[in-house]
Amino acid sequence: MADTSNADAFVEFERVQKSYDGENLVVKDLNLSMPKGEFLTMLGPSGSGKTTCLMMLAGFETATHGDIRLDGQSINNIPPHKRGIGMVFQNYALFPHMTVAENLSFPLEVRKMGKSEREEKVKRALDMVQMGAFGGRRPAQMSGGQQQRVALARALVFEPELVLMDEPLGALDKQLRETLQFEITNLAHDLGITVVYVTHDQTEALTMSDRVAVFDDGRIQQLAPPDKLYEEPENSFVAQFIGENNTLEGVVKEMKGDRCLIQLDGGELIDAKPVNVTAAGDRTRVSIRPERVEYNKERLSPDAHTLKAEVLEFIYMGDIFRTRLRVAGTEEFVIKTRNAPDVERLRPGQQIEIGWLPEDCRALDA
Amino acid sequence: MSDATEQSGPMLAADGRPLKASLNRALRRQKLRALMLIAPLLIFVLVTFIAPIADMLFRSIENQIVSDTLPRTTADLADWDSETGELPPPETFEALYKDIFIATERKLHTRLGSRLNYELTGVSSLFRKSGRKVEDMGEVYQDQFEDLNDFWKKGENWSQMMGSDDWNAAMAAWDDRSDTPQPVFEPRSGMAQMLPETTEMYLTFADFVQNEDEDNLAKEDPWAIVYSALYTDLGNGADVSGYTGPGSRELQEAEATAGEFEFVDYPAAFEDIDEDWLDIEVWQTIQIYSPEFTSGYFLNAIDMKKGLDGAEMRPENEQLYIKLFIRTLIMSLVITGSCILLGYPVAWILANLPARTANLLMILVLLPFWTSLLVRTSAWKVMLQQQGVINDTLVWLGVVADDSRLALINNQTGTIIAMTHILLPFMILPLYSVMKTIPPSYLRAAKSLGATNWTAFWRVYFPQSVPGIGAGSILVFILAIGYYITPELVGGTTGTFISNRIAYHISSSLNWGLAAALGGILLAVVLGLYWAYDRIVGIDNVKLGG
Repeated sequence: MADTSNADAFVEFERVQKSYDGENLVVKDLNLSMPKGEFLTMLGPSGSGKTTCLMMLAGFETATHGDIRLDGQSINNIPPHKRGIGMVFQNYALFPHMTVAENLSFPLEVRKMGKSEREEKVKRALDMVQMGAFGGRRPAQMSGGQQQRVALARALVFEPELVLMDEPLGALDKQLRETLQFEITNLAHDLGITVVYVTHDQTEALTMSDRVAVFDDGRIQQLAPPDKLYEEPENSFVAQFIGENNTLEGVVKEMKGDRCLIQLDGGELIDAKPVNVTAAGDRTRVSIRPERVEYNKERLSPDAHTLKAEVLEFIYMGDIFRTRLRVAGTEEFVIKTRNAPDVERLRPGQQIEIGWLPEDCRALDA
Repeated sequence: MSDATEQSGPMLAADGRPLKASLNRALRRQKLRALMLIAPLLIFVLVTFIAPIADMLFRSIENQIVSDTLPRTTADLADWDSETGELPPPETFEALYKDIFIATERKLHTRLGSRLNYELTGVSSLFRKSGRKVEDMGEVYQDQFEDLNDFWKKGENWSQMMGSDDWNAAMAAWDDRSDTPQPVFEPRSGMAQMLPETTEMYLTFADFVQNEDEDNLAKEDPWAIVYSALYTDLGNGADVSGYTGPGSRELQEAEATAGEFEFVDYPAAFEDIDEDWLDIEVWQTIQIYSPEFTSGYFLNAIDMKKGLDGAEMRPENEQLYIKLFIRTLIMSLVITGSCILLGYPVAWILANLPARTANLLMILVLLPFWTSLLVRTSAWKVMLQQQGVINDTLVWLGVVADDSRLALINNQTGTIIAMTHILLPFMILPLYSVMKTIPPSYLRAAKSLGATNWTAFWRVYFPQSVPGIGAGSILVFILAIGYYITPELVGGTTGTFISNRIAYHISSSLNWGLAAALGGILLAVVLGLYWAYDRIVGIDNVKLGG
C-alpha cells in the first residue's frame, strides 16, 4: 500500500506492530510514509488502532515490533519530551492551575527560553488562533472551543514540525467543529507543518486532509486522498465506512478487461468495474454510490444492464431528494438526486428501472 | 409575561398573593422538612457533643468553689491589702474558722483544698488538717456552756429555743418513721435580732441536718460552732433580758457568766493547727482565687500563674505545658510530613492502576481501619521494643550490636512511627480520590510539550494534587494533634502529647479546670491553624473527592 522506502519521507512507520496483552495485536503490520507538510488523517472505528498509532508516534506507547522514523531518524528509543512533536488532545489537556499565557509559556520555559522571547512567542501564537485577549484567563473560564484554540496554540507555540491531533474536535458542537476544521487546515498549510490527525468522523477526515488512512482491525485499509477514497474505495470496508453506499452481492460471471459482468444472487445481471476480483466465479460485493444511480432511461447507454426497482420511500431533504428503493431483494437501496427543476419526484409504489455507468459500480471483495 | 410587565405593584402569583410571599411559603415548607430530617442528628450532636464540650470549656474559667466554700473569708479578704506583708486581721481568721467548720461538716473542705493546691502546693493537706482540728476551737465554748448548765447539752433544748412554736408543734406531731417530710425549720421570731450569729449558724446547721443528713432536727445536738456563735453574740452585748421563751433562764445565766469564759484566739488557734496559716502566701492565694471566674487555669496552661501584680511566668522548673504544646505541634507536623511522603506514592500507584488491581490494593490500605486501634498500637509495641521484632532482626543482620539495641519505643520515635502508620489511610484516601480525577493526558501533554518526567510531574501533576495533600494534611494533622491512646502506649515520657496531659488531669489529678483550659487552647490552636490554612491555601482547594 504505502511506499516504505520513500527518500523524502518525514514520518515513517515500518512494519510496526503493537500488542498490549501479548495475545492480540492492536496494530498489525503498519506501514506508512508521510512527506513533510502533509495533513494526514487516521480514520477508523473505535478500536481500530488509530489512536495507538498516534500514541506510538508521540512516544507514549512503545511499538512491540517495527521501526518508527522521524525525518530519517528512528525514534523508538527517544522519550516523548525529546521528540519535539506538538500534540492536541481531545479533552484539551490545558493545565487547569495555569493561565492561558502560562500554559503557552510552559513548552518555552522547559526549553529554557528567555522571558521576552517567550512573551513574544506566546502573544504571536495566541493571536494566530484569535485568542490574544484571553492570556490572563484560566482554562475553566473558557468555552470548549476557546480551550481547544488555546490547546492548538500551545501545541504550535514551540514551532514543532510535526503536530499530532487526537480527535481534537470530538467534544465540540457541530457548528464550532466546522469552523475549527477550517481554521486548523488553514493554519497547518500556512505554517507548513506536518499534521497527523485522528478522528472517527469521516466528514472531518474528508474535508481536512491531504490524505486519509482508513484503519480497521489494526491495519490501514486504504491510504488515499479524500476524493479517491470516496470514489474509488479499494475494499468493501472502505466503501461502507466512507459516505453512504449501496451494496449488492453476487458472483463474477465474466471478466472482460476493465469491465466485468456480475450475476446478482437474485439472478439479475449488472456491469461493474473489477477491483478486488480476478476471475469468473469469484464472489463479490458491488458498491454503488447513491448519487451515481440513474433512473432516467435517456441518460443511460442503450446497452447498459438495468435493474427493476420499486420506490418505497421518498424523502425531501431540501438540496437533495433521498429515495429508498427495493432492488434485487434488498430494501435498503438508496438513491440521491439533486433538487433541480427537471428532476422527477418519485412516489412510493412507483416502478422504475435503474442503472449506472459501469465505472461507478465497483466489484469489491465479498 | 404581559401581565407581569403591565403591573406596577409587586408581582402576584396565580392566586393573587404577592409572588414573593407565595414563594417564601413554598420554600418554608421545604426548609422545615429539611430541618426535621436533620433534627434527630442535630439534637443528638447538641446533647452528646456540643453541650458537654461547652460545659467542659466553661470549667476552665469557673472558680465558684472558693467563694462558695469560704464565703465569709473571701468577703473579708476583699478589703485586705496583701502587699503590706501583714496577715489578715483576727476577724478574718474567725471567718475562716466558720467557713472551714461548715465546709468540714459538708465535707467540702478537701475539695477546696485540692482546688487551691493546684495554685499553691501544700494547701490540700493544710485544709485536710484544719478540717480535722477546727472542731476543737468550737468545743472550747461548747464545753464551757455545757459545764455551766446541762441544758446546753441537749439538742431538744436548742431546737425548742431556736425554733418557732409552730415548728416545734409540727415537729412534735411529725412521725419520725413516716414517709412524710420533716417540717422545714422556722426560726423563732425575734431570735435573729437578739442572737444574729447564733441564728445564722443554727439555720445553717438546721438546713444541713434536715436536707443533707435527713436526721431529726429536734433531737440533733448542734455543731460546736453554734456555741461559738452564741458566745460571740453574748460577747457582742446581746440583750436577752426581754426573752421569755424556752431556755430564757439558761440564756440569761449564760449571758451573766460568758464574760468570764475562756476564749479562743483564732490566729493562734490556726497557728496551732499548722504554721502555714501564718504564711502570707496561703492568704494571698485564697484572695487571688476569690473571684467567681478566673483566668488562673488558662495561665496555668501556658506555664504562668497569677501573682500579686497580675500574670507572671512560673519558675523554669515548673514550666511544662508550653513545651508540651510545641512538642505536640512539631510531632504532629512530622507525622503529617511522613504521611505525605509515604502516602503520596501509594496514592499515585492506586490512582494509576487498572480499577481491579487498585481496588485490591485499596483493601490493603483500608485493612488497618478495620483493626482495632489498640491492637495496632500493641502490635507496634511488639515490633519496636528493645527485644522486639525489629531490633532482633537488625541484630541478626548484624546492623546493630546486641548490646546497643535501638530505642524505638517509649520515646518520640515510637510515637511518630506508630502514629504515621495509624493515620496513613487518612492521607492516602483523599490523595487517591483527588489523583483519580487528574486525567493522564495532562502528563502526556506536558511531556509532548517537552517537559521531562520530573518537570511534568512537578509543574503539572503535583500542583493539581495539592488539594488532596491539603485535605489529607488537615485530616492527619488535626487527628494527630489530639491523639491520645497511641502516644500513651508507645510514647513513654518524651513522646507524649498534650492530650495525654489533659487525660491525666481529667482522670488522675482531677484538675478539670486545667484540663478544660488545655483543651480549650488546643481547640483554639487547631482553629487558628485551620484559619491560617484557609487564608494561605484556601479551603476551597481542599478536596476529599472528585
